[in-house]
Amino acid sequence: MKKIISIKNAVVSVSVLIGLWQTAYLMSDYSDTLFPSPFQSFLALIEMIKDGSLLSNIEASMYRFTVGYVSSVIAAVVLGLILGRLPSVYKYINPAFQLLRPISPTAWMPFIVLLFGIGDIPAIVIIFIAAFFPVVLSTVSAVSGIDPIYFKVARNFGIRQPQLTLKVILPAAFPQIANGIHLAIGTSWIFLVAGEMVGAQSGLGFQIIDARNNIRADILLATIIVIGIIGIILDSLLKSLEKRILRSWGGIS
Amino acid sequence: MAYIEIKNACKTYHQAGKSVTVLDQVSLDIHKGEFICLLGPSGCGKSTLLNALAGFEKPDSGIIKIDEKEVFEPSEKNITIFQNYGLLAWRNVLKNVELGLEAKIKDRSERKKTARKYLNLVCLGEYEKRYPKQLSGGQQQRVAIARGLAVDPDIIFMDEPFGALDAITRMKLQDDILKISKEEKKTIIFVTHDIEEAVFLADKIVVMMADPGRIKSIVKVPLGEHRNRTGSDFLYVRDKIFELFNLKTEEYIDYVI
Repeated sequence: MKKIISIKNAVVSVSVLIGLWQTAYLMSDYSDTLFPSPFQSFLALIEMIKDGSLLSNIEASMYRFTVGYVSSVIAAVVLGLILGRLPSVYKYINPAFQLLRPISPTAWMPFIVLLFGIGDIPAIVIIFIAAFFPVVLSTVSAVSGIDPIYFKVARNFGIRQPQLTLKVILPAAFPQIANGIHLAIGTSWIFLVAGEMVGAQSGLGFQIIDARNNIRADILLATIIVIGIIGIILDSLLKSLEKRILRSWGGIS
Repeated sequence: MAYIEIKNACKTYHQAGKSVTVLDQVSLDIHKGEFICLLGPSGCGKSTLLNALAGFEKPDSGIIKIDEKEVFEPSEKNITIFQNYGLLAWRNVLKNVELGLEAKIKDRSERKKTARKYLNLVCLGEYEKRYPKQLSGGQQQRVAIARGLAVDPDIIFMDEPFGALDAITRMKLQDDILKISKEEKKTIIFVTHDIEEAVFLADKIVVMMADPGRIKSIVKVPLGEHRNRTGSDFLYVRDKIFELFNLKTEEYIDYVI
């Protein structure tokens, strides 16, 4: 029942959005080349699918995204698990985190391009940076917030490392870590496009710049919509994975 | 030689410029198979003493020995039952009971069998698939007791284990723990501030006083295995403890058990 309502909501919401676009198109004085209608953009989407450029750009983007996001999450969780157990060390690392965290990953872009050149690496590095801070900070706070009684019980039953991390720390901290991982997937996807706009010759971000250079606003808008759709798919995939894992966590919902 | 030996244990906490002595030259001997209640008001050091016995906290000075070996760290031979249960929220009941067995019994079906045996002992056999959050407080504490018993410890330390339960559940669990202690022949050290609970359960009650934390008196409870909460001898022992707490003179009575 709940699902049907949410589909109805989505259809209405998207229809309103397209309606607003169509209205703006009809009322504006811009030429079709600069401000295309929803239908013209839809035709451009079909064109991109037919000539294969959409698929190859999605492929390039997904590769960078997967490499950057997965490696960042793994590095951040491992570091977070360690720092969460070493509050006296974390006290000295936290200020550096707080200094680096508010810097937009795109600000690093020119520097990264200077070091690594144009290609896959700049986008991967940007995504890595974008995902890293939310995950490491939520992991540290999750681990340091674990009820001390779990550690007492573990000591009592003679559970030592690495069993302690696998059986107690990771599962106890998991719900909060998952929160950070979830937050990071949206941020990383946003910065993937930014990274590709500057540092790559392929991918969805590059396609936007390429469409601008060729004055193809229809392709540009079609690409933007594809980016949005993939973002939703990534988010819901992660959400269902998270749900499945949390279900085996029992009472926590 | 006593089974558990505490000699001149001292512990002082320093907090916000103030220092509180929770254990002041505490000495106590406990024999194997005894059910001991540490009874006293908050701040008398009863929980600190238990934590020191269980190896979670070291005293500042003094010696604590169990079976002639000095206590340095917690051991699977001495399991502690906590007031807030300490069940792992992400494991179901059976998996919680298996926790301490995982290092000992590698065979999964064998391990499950052992865990089920102890779950049945605390009358929770039908709940093995439930998660801790789906159980009442009393049931959760039963799971914790089953988990402790499953590793077949010599001593069970209980730190106000029924403190968070309602009066009726609490009495039921008191009945159960008394039965289990006799059947399983464990040495039990039980911390409480509830005088009736202590009289109902203990072979000996160690009465403690606060500021500084110390043992005031050790009272033998000459009641048999089947105790009646309303019987005259029960009330007599209870009154004797009441009297101890009302006494104004604070002399240290050094009983040797």
